[in-house]
Amino acid sequence: MSGIAGAFRHSQGGFTLDVAFDLPGRGVTAIFGVSGSGKTSLLRCIAGLERADRGRLVVNGEIWQDDAAGVFVPVHLRPLGLVFQEASLFDHLDVRRNLDYGRSRVPAAQRRVSLEQAVELLGIVPLMERRPATLSGGERQRVAIARALATSPRLLLMDEPLASLDLQRKADVLPYLEKLYAELDIPILYVSHAPDEVARLADHLVLLEAGRVTAAGPTRELMTRLDLPLAHGDAAAAVIEATVTYLEPAWQLSHLEFPGGHISLPSQALQPGQRVRLRIQARDVSLSLQRQEGSSVLNVFAATVTSLADDSPGQRMVSLDAGGSALLARITRKSAAALQLQPGSAVFAQVKGVAVLG
Amino acid sequence: MLNDAAFQAIALTVKLAGTTTLVLLLAGTPLAWWLARTRSWLKGPVGALVALPLVLPPVVLGFYLLVLTGPQGPVGQLTQSLGWGLLPFSFAGLVVGSVFYSLPFVVQPLQNAFEAIGERPLEVAATLRASPLDTFFTVVLPLARPAYLTAAVMGFAHTVGEFGIVLMMGGNIPGQTRVLSVQIYDHVEALEYAQAHWLAGGLLLFSFGVLLALYLLQPGTGRRRGQGA
Repeated sequence: MSGIAGAFRHSQGGFTLDVAFDLPGRGVTAIFGVSGSGKTSLLRCIAGLERADRGRLVVNGEIWQDDAAGVFVPVHLRPLGLVFQEASLFDHLDVRRNLDYGRSRVPAAQRRVSLEQAVELLGIVPLMERRPATLSGGERQRVAIARALATSPRLLLMDEPLASLDLQRKADVLPYLEKLYAELDIPILYVSHAPDEVARLADHLVLLEAGRVTAAGPTRELMTRLDLPLAHGDAAAAVIEATVTYLEPAWQLSHLEFPGGHISLPSQALQPGQRVRLRIQARDVSLSLQRQEGSSVLNVFAATVTSLADDSPGQRMVSLDAGGSALLARITRKSAAALQLQPGSAVFAQVKGVAVLG
Repeated sequence: MLNDAAFQAIALTVKLAGTTTLVLLLAGTPLAWWLARTRSWLKGPVGALVALPLVLPPVVLGFYLLVLTGPQGPVGQLTQSLGWGLLPFSFAGLVVGSVFYSLPFVVQPLQNAFEAIGERPLEVAATLRASPLDTFFTVVLPLARPAYLTAAVMGFAHTVGEFGIVLMMGGNIPGQTRVLSVQIYDHVEALEYAQAHWLAGGLLLFSFGVLLALYLLQPGTGRRRGQGA
């Protein structure tokens, strides 16, 4: 039985977490919400660091908590890894001993991730003999992730592992996270309040608001659902998957196909045949009723309007169906009225910017 | 110079302070741990009891211990019925008195260290498969090592200097309860100022040396935590 299913009800100082969830037992699931929505509480309940007043939790067939039957597996007996917001390395141990701390407590027969693999994956080989106090923030966080991985967890929990880092350090650590997700078959729960991280990393999404789950499902679906907050504001974007078809070195362009059509973008060292995730921000998409001639925009897709909703003042958010892929376009109210857009309207979406997420 | 009686007093004092420190480190650890972690309303009263010897005249403490452990006292009747005899005027009685007398000097540094370590390292250790006991020995103890050094030195030095409780609980039996401070008092009473000088001066140097060593050995305590962020 694969999956992470459970329910918690937990009151603490005026805040009540009341959730039920059934998540896929593989891939990256993001728990998304504003601060104070209960993301961290939920993660701590799953880890067992917080004992919910009432709860039930089954992880890939193993019961970790079932208050009806009086079962509560203590944290140190749960095969999980947890990466906190701050690296929280043991100051009295060097990097190698930090990594060894968890690994040495896991029976040899249960070790599936080798120390070398974890160290290599996070790029911390040169840091092994250093003391935590001498590491930069990004290095420390990578050591903390490797330390959790080295215990061969059957569930990896990450509580905003990038939140304490500045933009540059974030950019340093993100590629390691992506590699990790791609190379290890460990289900990951990733707490975040940053839409760009979620778009980049998560296959699946749980939206939390005031201690309750408001929606759960595949990231791509939830990001473009206009009834949810994720599909609004400046950061609103659609994520699509495309395959690289050919390169055009003369113009330094890569050409890709997705169900909604053809995409070209300035070469990013892509290889033909490669599958990539692309992010298209709503503010980079404009709409027209006819295909524009003589335009500098290369990427134009025929699409159907699926729904419209008010966004920030004077703006409308439009969700589109381009050959089965969902896109978002943010346009002014005036334009929406002028084009007489309604669900079902046929439009052309001009896309000014496409970002490769890896 | 120092005579045999003086050496006997010094040896007895070292034995008393050593035993007391050992007992305090063993008993003070769980007590300090509980004080650092508990959310019980008992924390206040228990903390105040532990700190009492800081302000209470040792003679008062000694007096009540004497009353409690004497032949008519409840503790005294218990020790007698168990066949252990009576605590007053014995070395064991001195240890019991010293343990109470030096309690805050051991418990408070440990409690402060445990509080400074906080919840997080314990949670991290748990997610890395360490049981609570395992965590205590592999994370808490190493992180609290400077505090243990402080606690041991302060507990030892403070016990060496005690007088009031010894006089009330132990009296003045050579080789059994006549410790350094009592010996000095005896010398002064007998107007043997030269003898008193040797012992008192030695104690003064010892106390200063201990505190100086502690000060020099501990530069890292405050700094290390500051760098952690």
